[in-house]
Amino acid sequence: MNRAEMTYAVLETMMVQVTDMTGGDGVMLDPQVLLDTLGVAMATGGEFAEVFVEDRRSISALLDDSRIEELTSGRDRGAGIRVVVGETTGFAHTADLSPAGLRAAATAASAAARSGGSGVRVVALDAVSGPASALVEILPSDVSKARKVALLERADDAARSRDGAITQVTVRYADSQRRIQIANSDGLLTGDRQIRTLFSVSCVASGDSGLQTGRESVGHTIGFELFDRVDVEELAGRAAGRALTKLNAVPAPSGEMAVVVGPGGGGVLFHEACGHGLEADLIAKAASVFAGRRGEVVAAPMVSLVDDGTMVGEWGRYAIDDEGQPAQHNVLIRDGVLTDYMWDRLRARKEGRESSGNGRRQSYRHLPMVRMTNTYLEAGDDDPAEILAGTKSGVYVAQLGGGQVNTATGDFVFGMTEAYLIEDGRLTSPIRDGNLIGNGPAALLDIDAIAGDFAMGSPGTCGKDGQGVPVGDGTPTLRVARLTVGGTAA
Amino acid sequence: MSELLEIAERIIGWADSGEQVEAVVVHERETEVRAYEGEVESLTVAESSGVGIRVIRDGRQGFAYAGTLDPDALAEVMREARDNLTFATPDEHCSLAMPDGVAPVGMDLYREALLDLSIDAKVQMALDLERLTLAGDSRISGVESAEYSDSVSSSAVATTTGIRSISRETGCFLSAYALAEQDGETQTGFGFSLGRQPDDLDLEAAAAEAAERSTRMLGAVKPPSGRMTVVFDPWVSAQFLGIVGGTLSGEAVQKGRSLFADRLGEEVASPILTLIDDPTDPAAYTATETDGEGLATRRNVLLADGRLERFVHNSETARRAGTVSTGSAVRGYSSTPGVGVRAVAVVPGQRSPADLISGISDGLLIQGVSGLHSGVNAVSGHFSTGAEGLRIRDGELAEPVREFTIASTIQKMLNDVTAIGDDLQWLPMRAAGVTLVIGELTVSGV
Repeated sequence: MNRAEMTYAVLETMMVQVTDMTGGDGVMLDPQVLLDTLGVAMATGGEFAEVFVEDRRSISALLDDSRIEELTSGRDRGAGIRVVVGETTGFAHTADLSPAGLRAAATAASAAARSGGSGVRVVALDAVSGPASALVEILPSDVSKARKVALLERADDAARSRDGAITQVTVRYADSQRRIQIANSDGLLTGDRQIRTLFSVSCVASGDSGLQTGRESVGHTIGFELFDRVDVEELAGRAAGRALTKLNAVPAPSGEMAVVVGPGGGGVLFHEACGHGLEADLIAKAASVFAGRRGEVVAAPMVSLVDDGTMVGEWGRYAIDDEGQPAQHNVLIRDGVLTDYMWDRLRARKEGRESSGNGRRQSYRHLPMVRMTNTYLEAGDDDPAEILAGTKSGVYVAQLGGGQVNTATGDFVFGMTEAYLIEDGRLTSPIRDGNLIGNGPAALLDIDAIAGDFAMGSPGTCGKDGQGVPVGDGTPTLRVARLTVGGTAA
Repeated sequence: MSELLEIAERIIGWADSGEQVEAVVVHERETEVRAYEGEVESLTVAESSGVGIRVIRDGRQGFAYAGTLDPDALAEVMREARDNLTFATPDEHCSLAMPDGVAPVGMDLYREALLDLSIDAKVQMALDLERLTLAGDSRISGVESAEYSDSVSSSAVATTTGIRSISRETGCFLSAYALAEQDGETQTGFGFSLGRQPDDLDLEAAAAEAAERSTRMLGAVKPPSGRMTVVFDPWVSAQFLGIVGGTLSGEAVQKGRSLFADRLGEEVASPILTLIDDPTDPAAYTATETDGEGLATRRNVLLADGRLERFVHNSETARRAGTVSTGSAVRGYSSTPGVGVRAVAVVPGQRSPADLISGISDGLLIQGVSGLHSGVNAVSGHFSTGAEGLRIRDGELAEPVREFTIASTIQKMLNDVTAIGDDLQWLPMRAAGVTLVIGELTVSGV
């Protein structure tokens, strides 16, 4: 158990189950309607059929240029129906949740799967009492819009009062309540309610060197109690500080060198260096450098990597995935050895094993696929100060931006949005934004120090095949002996 | 399509006195077929609709949306939008667009031929694409995805200020992502083809491109670090030109987030560079007759011979700047109108890519970049992205190179454009590509 998880676990014992007047975690559509829909989906045959129902309500508020520019309310509700026949998945979705609307979508999905042969009938739906939905203290829908908007102004004031060089501030608040219900031809009937609350601040600082930017965000699968724990003024001050620091930034160096990543900052590195490459759908197509490597040494011996959808409060957390499978704690790499990939139902079915609870989709309009949840590197034994002191020259990355990977070649990049030069074991000048590039299998073996100062990073959105899903990540301070820093300094 | 406008008109009919109301109503039908190992991996048929409502009163704007056109939902969206405006900061420039008398340029963006295409024919194209890609070269070990997709989309905008617009477009797309293998090493490459109707699609070209792009990367090495002449292929230049276009948004300028804010009328790029945003060019995949506020789109010259000519505006940023909208409101039904370019293209040069390369003794041809979202800071202008491509030696394409970055600033790169190819190509993004020679970029490799 890591630090972040412990913090939330303690808090959770103090919470009470909130009753959701609109139906809570329970069934959204009548089981008989779902059963009838599955019947239509399987009428002309098939091995598997599924109805995924989703009802998502969201609120976002935006402050920009010191004005509350807009408050947006959104509602998306519908069902996605898939039918698997042989190697083919047929999929259709509809915003019409009436029995007729569902029947039409089921017929379309069934036709799409071009089914033939003998059908498998759905016997009965067995409502499983899976893991309970995340507990929240304060449902965002119970909080007035005025209170949400007030947070924005406080953050704007805090960022601007930090320094006159802060010339622009954008603050965003967003919350969502997503209720899902899943019924399939194996008889599964289950559901979940997922609450997310997010707050972010972006600043622009202006100086002789031009414009620089700084960003901070915090997001959790909890309700409005987030703001009992997070001081928005302090968050805004940090975002402003990042932009101000970079006004003095020197061009980033160029070429291969040691890279030290600060606590909480390095999750993106693992997400890209090997996370995507350990997704079973890419493995099955031999589109990953990690295909066929289970049981082999793929990383330095102190590397243990976990993907854990059960981490209480974290951004990538859920009780069940979008195929109804409970989230799990999945060890991907243990002491440098590749232990397992991540699985969804379709890929697991072909291998005759259980899904690992990684089947996710952006919305009812999308097919599920293998996705990460909260991916983190377990803490090591090194002292963060000694790691830095022992680095003759290189860069220290305090905050990473996004990243990207080509899983087939293993080449990956990630951005640095707050970074410093390391000279003679000490942090010196801040450096400008840029990307680092490496090759996943090589970078994992080149990790030569991992500290004990584990922290979770910022909330992220992971994109794959055009679908975005919320993910979390975390790392302690670590060093990669050699990565290529893509700066412009000679 | 007229049903969408009827719904939008019904919504704006709910306006109270003192309120401006805008309704955006969209409908889309999509098909997506994925082939894998000679079978249909997945077939998606989908129909979706959505509505977004803006209400403005006393200089305050409220917005709400829903992914349905269900009558009950429309009323709820209206209530929410009306409620939301009470929390906004009053702003004298906050208003809906007014009709400006500019007539939409009629373009033939909707093709019945696509609607008539059978599912079987779509499936066959995806299967053929995979087969042709595999057959393209003996070193192609697999096709991670071979896909046919299409969409038929319609939208309507109505406002209490007198805007009425309807538009509809068809589009279809083929893409193949090939895996090439040799001596235990795997490389990837994609190919695509796009158009408005099935006849526009070229299966053979998409397959051949995927095969060529993947196989030519086999044996790639990491190049040395240093400053070098770099050639962007059209796929790469389009991505950078889209980013450049983004820095010319009137909103970015007004909010102090554009590196070109104070430079109107100045020389900001190489004198050989003329950059035009023209969504009225039917050749652009992103062409559209009306913008997100229902105003006619128009041809906007952004850079003329390297001089910064204009920023693009929606009606709100135009009012704030004391000018008129350039028809550049961009949005979906789930957001309020932003400002952006839609179809940016450089005026092409006279020389072929091979001719341009023949004049370079030592350089790199870049065929792919990665990490644009994390490595480009469009506010400061600094960029650094992952890259792959081919070395250029003595005017010829030489060995493949990968796992390196290219870096500079947007400002410097625009001034460093030394030659432009004749190979303008519209791509599935907000910019067209063309071969560009950049005199100097920093390459970080070994």
